[in-house]
Amino acid sequence: MTNLFILQLLNGAQLGILLFLIAAGLTLVFGIMDVINLAHGVLYMIGAYLIATFAALTGSFWAGLLLMLPAALVVGLVIERLVIRPLYARSHLDQVLATFGLVMIVNEGVKILWGASPLSVPMPELLSGSIPLIGPLQYPVYRLAIIAAGLGIAAGLYVLVNHTRVGMLLRAGATNREMVSALGVDIGKLFSLVFALGALLACFAGAIVAPILSVDTGMGESVLILTFVVVVIGGIGSIRGAFMGALLVAIVDTLGRTFGPILLRYVMEPSAAGQTGRMLAPMLVYILMAAILFARPQGLFGQRTT
Amino acid sequence: MSLLSVRNLCKNYGALEVTRDVSLDVQPGELHAIIGPNGAGKTTLIGQLSGQIEPDSGTVSLEGQDITKRSMAERVHLGLARSFQITSILPRFTVLENVALAVQARSGSSFRFFAPVATEKPLNDAAMQALVEAGLADRAGVRASALSHGEHRRLELAIALATEPKVLLLDEPLAGTGGEEADAFIERLRALKGRFAIVLIEHDMEAVFALADRISVLVYGEIIASGTPDVIRNDPKVRAAYLGDEEAA
Amino acid sequence: MSVSAPPTARRPVLMSARIWFALLIFAGFAALPLIAVVTDDPFLLLIGTRILAYAIAAMALDLILGYGAMVSFGHAAYLGFGAYAVAILNSYGVTDLTLHITFAVAISALFATITGAISLRTRGVYFIMITLAFGQMAYFFFVSLSAYGGDDGTPLATRSTLFGSAALEDDRVMFYVALALLIALFIVATRIVGSRFGRVLIGTRENPVRMEAIGLSPFRYQLTAFVISGCMTSVAGVILANQAEFVSPAFMSWHRSGELIVMVVLGGIGNLTGAIGGAVVALLLEDWLAVLTEHWRLLFGVFLILMVLYSPHGITGALERFTRGRK
Repeated sequence: MTNLFILQLLNGAQLGILLFLIAAGLTLVFGIMDVINLAHGVLYMIGAYLIATFAALTGSFWAGLLLMLPAALVVGLVIERLVIRPLYARSHLDQVLATFGLVMIVNEGVKILWGASPLSVPMPELLSGSIPLIGPLQYPVYRLAIIAAGLGIAAGLYVLVNHTRVGMLLRAGATNREMVSALGVDIGKLFSLVFALGALLACFAGAIVAPILSVDTGMGESVLILTFVVVVIGGIGSIRGAFMGALLVAIVDTLGRTFGPILLRYVMEPSAAGQTGRMLAPMLVYILMAAILFARPQGLFGQRTT
Repeated sequence: MSLLSVRNLCKNYGALEVTRDVSLDVQPGELHAIIGPNGAGKTTLIGQLSGQIEPDSGTVSLEGQDITKRSMAERVHLGLARSFQITSILPRFTVLENVALAVQARSGSSFRFFAPVATEKPLNDAAMQALVEAGLADRAGVRASALSHGEHRRLELAIALATEPKVLLLDEPLAGTGGEEADAFIERLRALKGRFAIVLIEHDMEAVFALADRISVLVYGEIIASGTPDVIRNDPKVRAAYLGDEEAA
Repeated sequence: MSVSAPPTARRPVLMSARIWFALLIFAGFAALPLIAVVTDDPFLLLIGTRILAYAIAAMALDLILGYGAMVSFGHAAYLGFGAYAVAILNSYGVTDLTLHITFAVAISALFATITGAISLRTRGVYFIMITLAFGQMAYFFFVSLSAYGGDDGTPLATRSTLFGSAALEDDRVMFYVALALLIALFIVATRIVGSRFGRVLIGTRENPVRMEAIGLSPFRYQLTAFVISGCMTSVAGVILANQAEFVSPAFMSWHRSGELIVMVVLGGIGNLTGAIGGAVVALLLEDWLAVLTEHWRLLFGVFLILMVLYSPHGITGALERFTRGRK
């Protein structure tokens, strides 16, 4: 039981790290640019498809990853230039509609380019296999590597946001947009940078998860909504909130699915417990979100009151 | 007992004390003006009286009832209405509709889903009455966004009148107006005086001294003097802190 | 525009233009069964019924989106509640349409009250994301509801019965019942918009602080509108389930919520007739593009982006611009 718990906790952490990578960009785009971007999930999917293609071309996961990064940056910049930039001054409704259109285009475009059947990305040799943790407990190296990479990026973002000039502007922008323009900063450039960075992170998340998931057109969807929940819980514009929110959501979700039915068995008969548990588990993160919002409408680390 | 009574109101924004131990009494029918240089905290004070801003400490009472914790909407129902310094109206409603909505808010439920409101005669009549008093009756059918600045100020007044206040808080009703428009507005306020108490924040000293029964002078969030216009005119502290500058200018 | 126009001269003219346009649409619908007979195309009625259902949903959404500035991205959930109300009651042998609608409205009212009360504590992008998340929560609930087919959904044994008769099994009767519901709800919605309540709702959209300052706290009115809108949408779900004789969580995916918003905006927001027209146009466009290519979603996406970037006020906006340009 304890082993299962540790195992699921690690799975939760790994999912949380992925969610954080996606949510970090999203929360900055929301917080600084006040743009709602439904297409953020498809960036995650694009990352996975890009690495699938490049890895197949080069025969190496690492070369694929290396090629994926500049390609992702280009994708981010192109999307920003063509669709997002004209939307800065628009209503949230317009942003919802246009980025919804973008989701349709990219999903369908991916189907045209890569076909509807799922792709797979081979696990890099270096990171395959499992290592022993405690006693008989084994855990895949690759998943640990995801956690490590994510934590590394989180640390990097922390330094970027808290100890650099760009970070200062980002923080200022998340709390007070007018102030940034008053500082004489080229807002357009800052926005492009933020969006491209967010796109890069989302694509990276998609790329590193590709070896352990099947790469298909639906993968952006489920993640998008979970990421929204993360951003809402963490507070819009807060990287720290995104980090805590992502871990919280992922761990609650993972543990809930495993242990919900087990715990329910104490209060009801096994078959009913299994059924109720399976029904409630997917709803758990949303209930968590509702509870947090009820207490703090601005999210855990949100600053603005809107 | 005073109609509106403010006791030891304090409000800080970080290290900045915007309201410092303000106490104030407004009697029924009285016009009480609050003057002070820019940045003295006048609008913040009005915000705390109307319920838009929560004070850090102190109390606001209306007719002896503590309303410090009441929302803006609740205070309106108790008889405390306000106008805004920066015009705040419903731009796509007609002038009449703007005022009729305020009448509706105090008369009968707004949870009526089927009867057409546009033809509710009592609403429109009461709204028209307020428009007449604010000098805007001839513009009743115009979209509010099409009004001139001076007319917007009058619409603000009409909306406030339509709530049938016991105390009316007017935040710089003359802001941005001048000449005849301002004179006409002063006359209108004079005609309204006595029907309810008015707390007037205003920069126009001529208007203030012509209308006010009592004046309080706010400097750096603090009331440094309070009294009749004559008393204020001759108060050396006020002259030093405030009026002196005006005369010199 | 004449400045000295009498108080109520301008708007009613506009209103009645919209109502005339609505009557025109209704008349067109009423003639559809005839066209189906002439062209010998029985599917026309099924397509028509589907369009009617979405027209109801879009109109209901417009009530809060257009008049209350609440961009709900979870409205497909209510379609699902309506659809599953039919499936669930049917499985217990309760087949009456009015009971189905009552049940659908009751669940929707409950869900809308709870989620609306939480969502309305926030604004802007928060509101959009939270309604989306709650919609998704409802979606996952039905996905894991294995008794009713889970992810795959479940076929209906029969359509709803109308006062004990199986009349709805006839597609034509089904169609006319849907049309009657649309017209009835259109009248209700139009009355609401023009009522005291409607005026408060619109006022809140225009300037919430001003509403507070005249003594009206927006929250209760917004929440009430949110609940009314959810309940109306569930009626559309009841029709959809009967039209398809099948229910599945696909009715309530977030794409469906997005499509509802598209319909409302396509017709021009804050204008109930527009939402109905928008539903007609959006669904016909989808069907038309689907005939052209299997990748019609790509074209639809392009169309959406172009519409947002170049015609911000939807069809009504484009029409208005066109007529104004001619003057």
